[in-house]
Amino acid sequence: MKTNAINAEPNKARAGRPARLTLADWMPKIVMAPTVIVTLVCMYGYMIWTAVLSMTNSRMLPSYDFVGLSQYERLFNNDRWIVALTNLGIFGGLFILICLVLGVILAIFLDQKIRSEGAIRTIYLYPMAISFIVTGTAWKWLLNPTNGFEKLMIDMGFTDFTFDWLVNPDKVVYCLVIAAVWQASGFVMALFLAGLRGVDGDLIKAAQLDGANTFTTYRRIILPSLKPVFFSAMVILSHIAIKSFDLVAALTNGGPGYSSDLPANFMYAHTFTRSQIGLGSASAMVMLGCVLAILVPYLYSELRGERNE
Amino acid sequence: MSNIKAIRRKTTAIERLLRVALYLVLISVAAIYLLPFIVMLITSLKDVEEIRTGTLLSLPASLHFDSWSKAWSSACTGSTCDGISPFFLNSFQIVIPAVIISTVLGAINGYVISMWKFRGSDLFFAALLIGCFIPFQVILLPMARTLGWLGIANTTTGLVFVHVVYGVAFTTLFFRNFYQSVPGELVKAARLDGAGFFTIFYRIILPISTPIIVVTVIWQFTQIWNDFLFGVAFSGFDTQPVTVALNNLVNTSFGGKEYNVDMAAAIMAALPTLIVYVLAGKYFVRGLTAGAVKG
Repeated sequence: MKTNAINAEPNKARAGRPARLTLADWMPKIVMAPTVIVTLVCMYGYMIWTAVLSMTNSRMLPSYDFVGLSQYERLFNNDRWIVALTNLGIFGGLFILICLVLGVILAIFLDQKIRSEGAIRTIYLYPMAISFIVTGTAWKWLLNPTNGFEKLMIDMGFTDFTFDWLVNPDKVVYCLVIAAVWQASGFVMALFLAGLRGVDGDLIKAAQLDGANTFTTYRRIILPSLKPVFFSAMVILSHIAIKSFDLVAALTNGGPGYSSDLPANFMYAHTFTRSQIGLGSASAMVMLGCVLAILVPYLYSELRGERNE
Repeated sequence: MSNIKAIRRKTTAIERLLRVALYLVLISVAAIYLLPFIVMLITSLKDVEEIRTGTLLSLPASLHFDSWSKAWSSACTGSTCDGISPFFLNSFQIVIPAVIISTVLGAINGYVISMWKFRGSDLFFAALLIGCFIPFQVILLPMARTLGWLGIANTTTGLVFVHVVYGVAFTTLFFRNFYQSVPGELVKAARLDGAGFFTIFYRIILPISTPIIVVTVIWQFTQIWNDFLFGVAFSGFDTQPVTVALNNLVNTSFGGKEYNVDMAAAIMAALPTLIVYVLAGKYFVRGLTAGAVKG
């Protein structure tokens, strides 16, 4: 049965157009071939390669002495990794939450037929055009205790004002949150604004005819219809958070000590500078696991939604 | 009658007050967003002494452009002291070919996936889509080994290759979503008239693709210009992109810290993408939301 099914199609094609399987028929496949090969090798192949390396005791160079899952065991007994993972939890959680709240509020405010909305929107969104390295450099200067924000407040008369989060191991992760929120919240605003503009106008009119005030209309009708935007924003933001590497490199360089490391920085340091390829690969696989844990349910629900339409 | 009028006057007064408050909130938030950039600009124009004595917001007594020329041509970025200009050039050497190649590939892939479907093309598209999301840490080391074997490790060519490989997923997604809305009859009719694969692409598809080409080019330009991870992992001392050089400049601390030079260099590194954003913000936003909502 199965072989029949596979053979059926070429036979049919040959019957329809005998001996005229020209170059043109192959063209789509030929032009796609480079991308297909590169994707299979450089994405999926490398993923498997890294998975293999994570189960070896590779140090400075890849070796293929398999040690089972002991690198993962080492990883989760490694204090620096635990710090990085905890930081990701705090950073990611706050970053996503604040961006979503700010994004929704700003989008709703901007949706009130504001004059010069374009200009304001441009200002909210410009940090998204900038590299995280520039963002980190700027905020490093703003947040540094000797010359930055703290000094500004002291000079303004608040002589007892202290703001030393950047050099405080317990608080430094919040500096990452501040800078990242500055960079990405405008983008979330843009997503929600686009969503708001897409809400069915008749629905809103009907609600208002029924006597609903603006607040109720937003709470009951408009915000619930933005659920898909919420989900995609959340997926994108968590993706940004998990991949965050450059912001830490520029803003804190992981310090003080390794108190502001994120998993991406841990992975880079161990793979490229500390000659711990096995351990670094294991950490990369855990990062992949985090992304998949968010992505798979999302894609699943998206695809199911599409099929239902 | 007059009672109703009074009520109406009262509500409009409240409404007006609310609107004033709304504008105040919006404008102060805008000020907060602008502040870091303004502080960077002010700081870059002060001299070191003024930075030490003044505060973030104190204006420079006179404008010092020395920090700008130093950042451009003589500041130390790790091992060399030629400013960030050589690395600025590197970035362009990486960005221009990488953007062109990945956009062309994306256009053709999108065209095939939406109009010349073959068995497995949808499955492949799904595989590509997931590729948009993988954390690049998973491919860093194997890619470093591969670049070594290919003999393009630590070169700008190597970085172009990497950016094309991992950019194609996004560019294909953009074009595919755009071509999805093109009526299939257009292509069917052309095929009946005997037009081939490339003729249809050049004559029918390409002429209507301008908006999506602009969106894709801007997206890719911003992504690649702002990249740091690939730059730091795969470049040599003299092939670093500007983001890596900027980070080295800021973290190089021979002698006193020159914040004004840091800030000038940071603004320079940000300028190309900022200019693109200001000139073509509409397309930038469209790329962000298209890549995001649909991705």
